[in-house]
Amino acid sequence: MDFPSICDRLEAVCAGAIVERVVAGAAEDGAPKDAFLVLAADRLRDAMTALRDDAELRFDLLICLGAVDYPEVQPKAKKKADPVPDPIPGRFEVVYHLLSTIKNQRCVVKIKLPHDEKPVAPTVQDIYPTANWHEREAWDLMGIHFDGHPDMRRVLCALDWVGHPLRKDYVFPKEYHGISAE
Amino acid sequence: MGALENRFDHNVLTTSVDRLVNWARRSSVWPMTFGLACCAIEMMAVGCSHFDVDRFGAGAFRATPRQSDLMIVAGTVTFKMAELIRRLHEQMPDPKYVIAMGACATGGGPYYKYGYHVVKGVDRVIPVDVYIGGCPPRPEALLDGLMALQAKIDRENVLRKNLPLVTAS
Repeated sequence: MDFPSICDRLEAVCAGAIVERVVAGAAEDGAPKDAFLVLAADRLRDAMTALRDDAELRFDLLICLGAVDYPEVQPKAKKKADPVPDPIPGRFEVVYHLLSTIKNQRCVVKIKLPHDEKPVAPTVQDIYPTANWHEREAWDLMGIHFDGHPDMRRVLCALDWVGHPLRKDYVFPKEYHGISAE
Repeated sequence: MGALENRFDHNVLTTSVDRLVNWARRSSVWPMTFGLACCAIEMMAVGCSHFDVDRFGAGAFRATPRQSDLMIVAGTVTFKMAELIRRLHEQMPDPKYVIAMGACATGGGPYYKYGYHVVKGVDRVIPVDVYIGGCPPRPEALLDGLMALQAKIDRENVLRKNLPLVTAS
C-alpha cells in the first residue's frame, strides 16, 4: 500500500481523524518520500487502534515515539503592549513511526500540541506497549504529559531534576546537589 | 596520614621504611572495576594481554571499593552518577588514588558547553591525582598515567608526612 491509500483507508475506518497529509519529497521514481499524517490529538487513540487492527493496515509495531519542539510556531505579540496571542497547536509535535511487519509497510504519524507549560497528549501505551518508556522519555526530556499513562515518571534524568532539558527554552542548572555546573 | 605523624625528622630508618612501603604500594595498585563510558573499553584493553597492566601490578581489578586502591574514572560523569562516585570514593580505604581518564572526566570534554547533565570534571566531586587527556586515550596513555601515579606514590612519606601540625587557636 502506498501513502495515499493508507490515508484513504484510515479516513474510511476512522473518519475525521486526519487533519493534514504531507509529502515532503519524492524519490527518483516519483514515489512519495518522507510522507506523514497529522492527526487530531483527540482522535489519536481511535486512529492508532485502527492503524493497528484494520485488516488492510496492520501496523503492528511502533518503532519509535519522539517529540519535537518548534518554538518559532508560536505567534508573538507585535508590540510589547499587545497581549500575548492565544496558543496555537504546533509548538510541540509528537511523532510516531509505525511499521507493519505483516504488510511490510511504514507510516509516520504526528500530532501537534499547543505552546503550553504542560502540553497534554493521549497515551498510546495500552495500544503499543513500546510507547510506555518512550512516552516517559518524552515527558522527561520534552515535558509532554501523556494522559492516561500509568507511570508518568522521569526515565533518564534524576527524579528530582528541574525542567525538561530538550526544550528550546530550557535554562541550564547552576548546580545540582551542591556540585557546580558552571 | 603517616603512621608517626611529625614525630621525627628524616633519618635512615624512616626514609628506608618509606621506600619499602612505597615500593609495595606502587607495585600493587589495585583498580576498581568501574567504567562509565567509552573510555572503559580502552581500560579493558589495558587489562587484557596485549597491553597487560599486570606488568605494573595493577591488573587485579576488584569488584568492590573496599578492596581497591585506585579509581579509574573512565568516562563521562553525569550528575546522576556523581553522587555515586563520591560514595564509592568514600568507601575506598586509604591510601586511595584517582585517575581521571579522558576528556570527559578531566573537564567535561565534548559536553562542556551543551551538556546539561555532565559534571565539568570529576575533580568537582572527588580529588584527582592524575589526569589523562584524549577522547578516548590510547591504552598506552593510560599506562603512562599509571606510571605517573606510581612516580607520585614513590614520592610519598609514609612514616612521616610533611603536614603542618594542626594546633588549636
